[in-house]
Formats: sequence, C-alpha cells, structure tokens
Amino acid sequence: MELAIGIILGCCALGAGIAMIAGIGPGIGEGQAVAKACEAIGRQPESKGAVTTTMIMGCAIAETTGLYALVIAILLIFVAPQQFVNVLTSAMGK
Amino acid sequence: MNDEIKKPSLKFKIVDIIYIIMMVLPLVCGMVLDILTTPASSGVNIAGARIYYEIDLGGSRFFNIIISEAQVNSVLVMITIFFVFLYLTHGLKERIELKRQHLAEIIVQKVDGLVGENMGSDFSAFGPFIIAIMALSAFSSLTSLLGLYPPTSDMNVVAGWAILVFMIITYYKLKCGPLYYLNGFTKPVFILAPINFISEFATPVSMAFRHYGNVMSGGVISVLLSTFLAWLSGLVLGWAGDYISAIPIFQVGLPAIFSIYFDIFSGCLQAFIFAMLTMLNISGAFDAEEYERRKKKKLEKKKLKNINGGN
Repeated sequence: MELAIGIILGCCALGAGIAMIAGIGPGIGEGQAVAKACEAIGRQPESKGAVTTTMIMGCAIAETTGLYALVIAILLIFVAPQQFVNVLTSAMGK
Repeated sequence: MNDEIKKPSLKFKIVDIIYIIMMVLPLVCGMVLDILTTPASSGVNIAGARIYYEIDLGGSRFFNIIISEAQVNSVLVMITIFFVFLYLTHGLKERIELKRQHLAEIIVQKVDGLVGENMGSDFSAFGPFIIAIMALSAFSSLTSLLGLYPPTSDMNVVAGWAILVFMIITYYKLKCGPLYYLNGFTKPVFILAPINFISEFATPVSMAFRHYGNVMSGGVISVLLSTFLAWLSGLVLGWAGDYISAIPIFQVGLPAIFSIYFDIFSGCLQAFIFAMLTMLNISGAFDAEEYERRKKKKLEKKKLKNINGGN
C-alpha cells in the first residue's frame, strides 16, 4: 500500500516536470516575436505603438500552449495525487 | 476673466465622503473576513479558494451551491468599482470644475478610441462593456496587493467571463441567420467541420486558461519564493536560538520586487489582453457585408410586398 502511494506521488511529480517541457515552445516563439518587433521598430520608429500592441497580443496567444502545460502540471501536483490515492484506497477496501 | 472656482457645497462634500467610504469599505471587509477565516497554519499553503459556505441540495457534491472566497471577493471588487466610477463622475459639468472629471474624460476617450480602432464603427456602443471587463479584471488581480485572494486566480470566475464573451460572439455570428452560422463550419472544406467545431469551443477555454494561468502562476511563484526566503533566514540565523531564527528577515524587500512584475504588471497586462481578445473575437464574429446584403434583401422584399398589397 505504501509502495503504491509512493509510486503514485512520484509519478505525479515526474509527470508535472515532464509537462513543463512545453515551456520551451512559447519561450522560443515569444523570443522570435520580440526580436522581429524590435527590428520593425528599428526600421520604422514611428510605428512603435501599433507594433508593440500587436506584439503583446501575439505573445499572449503564443503563451497559451505554455499555460496549458502549466495548468496540467499544477493539476498533477495539487489535485491528482489525492484523487488517485482515493481511487486506490476505495479499490483496496473492497 | 471671471475664473473663480466655486467652493463645493456641503451636500456635495458629504456625498463625496460617502462614495470614498463605500470604495474602501468592501476591501476592508474582505480583509477582515480573510483574517477571521484563515486557519492558523504554517508552511506552504497553495490551495484553491477557501469555501465560506456550502448549501447542501442533497445528492452529489457536484450540484451543491458553494459560496467561496473568490466569489465573495469578486462581488466586493464590483462594489468598489461601482463607487469608484460614481465618484469619478460625481459633479460633471460642461465647464470642468473638478480634477476628477479630467480623469473620467481621459478614460472614456481612451476606451472609445481603443474600441473604435479595433472593432470598427459597427461596435461603437461596446465601450462600457469593454471598460467594465478591463476594470473588473485589473482590480481583481490587484486585490492580491491587499493580501486578499485574487478572484482571477480562481478558474470559475474567469471561466464565467469567458462564457459571457462566448455568448456574445455566438449572438453576433447568429445575426446573419442560423443557416449561415452552420454553413460557416464547413469552410473552407467540408471535411474540416469537426475541427472547426472544436476550435469554436477552444476560444472561451483558451481565454479562461490564459488569464487564470497567468495570475495563478504568479501567486504560486510568490508563495514559493517567500517560503524559500523564510527557510533561508532560518538557516542563516539558526545559531541565534529558536525565537530569533523564526524571524524571516530575508523576506523583507525581495518579494516586493517580484510583486511589481507578478501582481501589478502581469495583472494589468492580462486585463488588457483579455479585453483586446474580447474585442477582436466579437468584431471578427460579425460578418458585416453579409448582414448588409441580407438587410437590403429583406427591405426589397418588404417593398415588393407593400406594392403588391397596395395594388
């Protein structure tokens, strides 16, 4: 029983860590977006306002995938172990 | 020039003071409620919103009506915003006498400009809705500065807003008739219909997750950082006895610097992004050309009917 609970907790923590690998994607994407925005502002300084607004919008949308991973990681750490242990104990009790 | 500024009357001042008290009172109430109901505990405590009251309807716990901290705080924030705007618009005159009228006019102009720029002239009436969402989101995120539980870091609150926006989007899509709406799913190719259907529901989900994830991750990082700093100061001051080593001296200052980003900057940015996405989605949902075409067709039909009926 203790071993099973230990495996559940360990796998949940591992899964959360693996899920956050998804953070690489938004990092690269947002970096690209900001680099291009800097280039655009350098070329046309008068369009700074419009470029900044569009860049922030784009960054927010690119960030979404990372946030999905974050939500899943947080669910795995704070919600999932309790649920799995409950399922396990109810199965063992029968 | 007869430029003397009239002193405000006593009645005006009293109403002002009532507004200011009503602005501050909900937040103070929230803080008192928070202090009274926080269980004494130590260590890291990252949980969802505390539940104040639960109405048992029988049956599964899923169907119970739950009054949680996030709901109470968001109602308190709404009352505060209501009185902030009442205060700002109190004593409006054509010839400006009060400084706050300048602020109110700046807000209205900026929002109207933003809405006109992003949504076009068809949606010029959307200004109040957009500023309401923006103010609610920004103030909700900023309540974490007072030590309250920010309502936006609860999924349910943000999902409610996202569903509201989704309903408005669907309303504007249905303006051109239900058949045209259903036909929109089969574009550009018929096979893509299931994917289009999923992406229709991905809009509110991604809006809710984005806002919730950003605010909540900031809160989690703040808690982890302050816990780490408390542990570090306990480690460094460990030689000085139990009482002195319990004082978390490293917590002074550093969390405040992170709070500037996570609480103030991120909160306001998310409010802006949520409002921007609302505007873009709503204005993108409405097919103005098709609507005009249908309107014209209907008018012509009506005219034909009238002529026929007249004859």
